[in-house]
Amino acid sequence: MAIGESWGRTLKADQEIHPRYWTNQPLPDIHAGKSLLPYGLGRSYGDSCLNDGGILIPTASLDRIIHFDRENGTIRAEAGISLADILQVVVPAGWFLPVVPGTKFITLGGAIANDIHGKNHHTAGTFGRHVRGIELQRSDGTSTVCTQTQDTDLLRATIGGLGLTGLILWAEIRLKKIVSSTIVSETIKVKNLDAFLELSASSDKDFEYTVAWLDSQSKSHGKGIFIRGNHSENPKHGLKVHNAPKLPCPMDAPNFMLNPLTVKAFNFAYYNKQLGKEKTATVHYDPFFFPLDAVHDWNRIYGKRGFYQYQFVLPEMKDHQAVRDILDVIARSGQGSFLAVIKTFGEIRSPGLLSFPRPGVTVALDFPNCGNKTMRLFEEMDRIVLKNNGRLYPAKDACMTPRAFTLCYPETKAFLPFVDPAFSSSFWRRVEQEAKS
Amino acid sequence: MNPQPVTILVLGATSAIAQATCRKLAHKDARFLLVGRDEQRLKSIAVDLEQRSLCQANILETELTVISGHAAILEKASSTLGETIDLSLIAYGTLPDQLATQDNPEAILESLHTNFNSVASLLTHLAMHYEKQKSGTIAVITSVAADRGRKTLYTYCAAKAGISAFADGIRGRLFPHNVQVLNIKPGIVDTPMTAHLGKGDIAAKPSEVAEDIQRAILKKKDVLYTPKKWWAILFVIRHIPEWIFKRLTI
Repeated sequence: MAIGESWGRTLKADQEIHPRYWTNQPLPDIHAGKSLLPYGLGRSYGDSCLNDGGILIPTASLDRIIHFDRENGTIRAEAGISLADILQVVVPAGWFLPVVPGTKFITLGGAIANDIHGKNHHTAGTFGRHVRGIELQRSDGTSTVCTQTQDTDLLRATIGGLGLTGLILWAEIRLKKIVSSTIVSETIKVKNLDAFLELSASSDKDFEYTVAWLDSQSKSHGKGIFIRGNHSENPKHGLKVHNAPKLPCPMDAPNFMLNPLTVKAFNFAYYNKQLGKEKTATVHYDPFFFPLDAVHDWNRIYGKRGFYQYQFVLPEMKDHQAVRDILDVIARSGQGSFLAVIKTFGEIRSPGLLSFPRPGVTVALDFPNCGNKTMRLFEEMDRIVLKNNGRLYPAKDACMTPRAFTLCYPETKAFLPFVDPAFSSSFWRRVEQEAKS
Repeated sequence: MNPQPVTILVLGATSAIAQATCRKLAHKDARFLLVGRDEQRLKSIAVDLEQRSLCQANILETELTVISGHAAILEKASSTLGETIDLSLIAYGTLPDQLATQDNPEAILESLHTNFNSVASLLTHLAMHYEKQKSGTIAVITSVAADRGRKTLYTYCAAKAGISAFADGIRGRLFPHNVQVLNIKPGIVDTPMTAHLGKGDIAAKPSEVAEDIQRAILKKKDVLYTPKKWWAILFVIRHIPEWIFKRLTI
């Protein structure tokens, strides 16, 4: 993917590129009032990883391991190292990342800056909870080591801080012990949202990982497949790492490829892939956590027009009427593509000032870019989310209004003093006005 | 086939291709001596290699363009790695700005000194060492630019062409002694040296190049174009008649 567009490919940015190679380098010279933004592997969907008119600092070459404690399970590495790379080193030694998102092609710094979550949110919380310390380089020429006991406020601002508090040089995280690189997973068909919620609640105690794929066009709100799993306790399964992706997506798919009919057909096939109601299998962590990583650049299936992802969380409430309403809006629009991912977040508090996860139900799904039609749908969905005290996820967002951001993140007031004056992003300029006033 | 190298000397270890190659070559019995001029950066690479693979990595901070220091580098290599150095990789170089320097003889000589003279001196020291050792690999990173002088890059082309010829000669000299001399010709690679070029999608990742280098070492190849497509591109470029080539702006 070319630097200058983000994962959703709907936005383009014209920006100077100043890659960073070493921790002992200074930040790029700030000239003509241009702002700086650290950039990892560009998996953010919207404009939080773009800096139109400014300077982007790609960090993928800052990927050295500084210390891997094989006894106690901690790793300190430069911030541009990818989660895929970390897994390659730690898995053979019997360790795993404490939290992984839906792709392993993100950087350590990006995982912190977006305070990412995974299928184990109900047992492990967000990625930021497992960060022991970071070193942050700021535009005033200083570098600050922030830990749980030292400059903790700056650490809390940087976790989920969207790269705006400075450049993370390195981070140290706690790892999770494993005896095998496989997951014992169960997939169970669910007929509707109630069945999902029930199954999710009853699984949270015994299963470390839970998530469900829903048919976004189903009128019964939440027909889908519930997936739950635990790391295998059987050492005989071995500690094998993942392979490099094999399938490239060779070209942009034509726009007509994705239409309500093909999406319906896909969802039908996916739901009926398994005949029985329940299936148990022991699978490698790679397809369990990162099914889409098998196709490099899968974002190209949406064609040149690109796509949006919309992810919200709605707090627990009686009956989950708001979740129902929003699924209804999506199903009626016929715009949602393929599958929606749904997960119940647990009670564990996110450490970052601007962390997205909070207790409740989160749903994420893709929408091919259909211009105004899509914007109108998002406005309708935004209304439901905001009315019910929900929030939207900046890492996925390209459309949130400044007002919506302020309503979703009242903590922004406390965050502002930690923003490095030389740092900014396209996303930040879009939403910050209201926050400052 | 060569066995997996165990003792490895890297001259210009902070270069992006050298770093990526070391990662590929690292395993728990491997021992590296990483030579370069920035101690802090060398240390970060050595620690990274050790933490990833449990290998052993030592560093030597020195200015490789100072020819009088070359004998000492080989001595240090022998004392840290032992008498047998399975692999020596020369990976440093500069990319001069042709337009800005072409009317400045001093700047041109300076770049020739870095990219040709100092490398030729190191190759000479290595040739003497490997002639006695009678095994192992000398690998030197030149460039696809070595294949033909171009108006937009000719100082660099000349230095790399010179080193290519020099290495070819040493290959012949060391052939009876069972020593591989590998001439690595990368195309455009995404590294700090080429960061200002605005390369778009054509640039290869250092890790891809490193994989090719590792394979070429194991397979005892003489010349490696990496990524592979550059062999075809250069085949065409080499065969464009000069009366056309001189009119091109590449």
